[in-house]
Amino acid sequence: MNGLDILALSASALVGLGIYGLLAARHLLRRVLAFNLVGSGLFLWFGAAGACGGVGVDPIPQALIITGIVVALAASALGVALVVAHARLSGPTLPEEAPCDPEPDSGS
Amino acid sequence: MTPLIWLVIAPLLGALAVLVVPARRMPAVALGAAVATLAAALALAAQVSGLGPQIVLLGGWTPPIGIVLKADGLGTAFAVMAALVMSGVALAARHELAPDKAGARAAYGFWPLMLLVWAALNTVFVSRDLFNLYVGLELLSLAAVALVALAGSREALAAAMRYLLFALTGSLLYLAGVVLTYSAHGTLDMAMLLARMPATGDGVALGLMTAGLMAKTALFPFHVWLPPAHAAAPAPASAMLSALVPKASLVILLRVWFEAMPDAAGDAALLVMAGLGAVAVIWGGLQALVQRKIKLVIAYSTVAQLGYFIIAFPLTGGDSAVKPWSAGAWTGMVFLALSHGLAKSAMFLVAGIWYSACGAQELRDLKGLARALPMSAFAFALAAVTLAGLPPSGGFTGKYLMMQAAFVAGLWPFALVMVAGGLLAAAYLYRPLAALLAKDESRACAPVSRARQAVPLALAAAAIILGVLSAAPFDFIQIGKPDAAVEGL
Repeated sequence: MNGLDILALSASALVGLGIYGLLAARHLLRRVLAFNLVGSGLFLWFGAAGACGGVGVDPIPQALIITGIVVALAASALGVALVVAHARLSGPTLPEEAPCDPEPDSGS
Repeated sequence: MTPLIWLVIAPLLGALAVLVVPARRMPAVALGAAVATLAAALALAAQVSGLGPQIVLLGGWTPPIGIVLKADGLGTAFAVMAALVMSGVALAARHELAPDKAGARAAYGFWPLMLLVWAALNTVFVSRDLFNLYVGLELLSLAAVALVALAGSREALAAAMRYLLFALTGSLLYLAGVVLTYSAHGTLDMAMLLARMPATGDGVALGLMTAGLMAKTALFPFHVWLPPAHAAAPAPASAMLSALVPKASLVILLRVWFEAMPDAAGDAALLVMAGLGAVAVIWGGLQALVQRKIKLVIAYSTVAQLGYFIIAFPLTGGDSAVKPWSAGAWTGMVFLALSHGLAKSAMFLVAGIWYSACGAQELRDLKGLARALPMSAFAFALAAVTLAGLPPSGGFTGKYLMMQAAFVAGLWPFALVMVAGGLLAAAYLYRPLAALLAKDESRACAPVSRARQAVPLALAAAAIILGVLSAAPFDFIQIGKPDAAVEGL
């Protein structure tokens, strides 16, 4: 197993964990984190794919990854800001996904 | 510099400029940027119709290193439509989002977000690089989510959150497709992808990109976030969100399928997509029929209308001897998308006038408004003519071309769906129209100036004019049309 295989496997693991989080987590902050996991996995995979050509490293994936990280950061910032605003008014989960047993202090 | 560059730069500069001027100057500066962008869009349209597609190599670099901006008939037509809608939205927002009415927060946030949405739209309309399209799409989604959250209410924040989750999932799917494409072909430029050697992963990449774009366009079954989000935003923002934002991902979908990888399209995949579109037309129409709030009726109508666009994918091509005009379905879909944008923005702007002047939110509140505010009621009726696809509107031209193509391609069930969708549209738009025309002498509305009512009327009229004078836009859309639109996928 060479280094690129390890990178590709880690990337797949990150994407898998992230997809599980997106589907299974109800807490909105966890979902924003899960989005970041999938994004990181994709970027890692992209970087590994750019390095596997053989002669040297393709610089374009690196440029695209940096741009992608900036975009993902902006999206996460907006996401966390929305989660905070949403949690202040109506709790950290979407109304239709709220847990079945309501917390003692939450009014309807 | 060329109009193509200004089309992207003017709204971006405007978005930055409104942030540094005092709050009371913001609308004026934003309107200045809107005028500049509208002028750039019209100048670009003149260039494209005179000289053919316009190309700019950013920084002078050629692909695969550099990024190409290319304005063809399709992109420019959408840019002009967006410019008309945005100008109308900006004029309406001067009243609707005045700080004393909408609150200081919404009044402050609206202007930069509106210009960012516009810049992102124009970027998407003229980009030919899959990653540049991704960045444009992300800018668009983030600005649109913020617009939904602008009202700050509990419902608005939940709708924005839901929208953000769908948008983020969509962008990850699209990004995964882009990464696969690059690692297989070493380029993301559409012209170079068209000439590539097909690789085994192309189908997966195309599928991932399509799924992501469908989530962003709110195509069935990814539509659930759309109605609450569009209904929660202030009316001028809803007009943008419903009329323009889904069109950006739709244009990318068109470009990916017809310009980058037409060879990777399979019949089964096309039929599944068109089937989802058919379900969307019927489901959106039925949902619109049972809504009680006027904004939700309009929003579900968007779900239904988006279905038509995806139906067109398997209908393209066909024997040009049977069809005297080539690419009927492709052109029909573009016509439908353009006229939907104009009509839908007019409807949301009218709904905004009704809400702010008369407090009308539910359908039953609309009683007697045709007498109180006849100009805006007329604008709503004109827009309804386009959405139901009645002649002589642009919606009729689009549907007619698509139905013709459906019969020629032997896919007549889709023609039936289009007829059913038109009937459903007539039914769900009859309900607000009936309420508008009902007699109610006690109706009291705040006075609304004619100039303010004229804005949606002009947009709705533009959708009709698109059908009456359809020859010129028809020829314009054909400029730089991809071969796959003529030959079929």
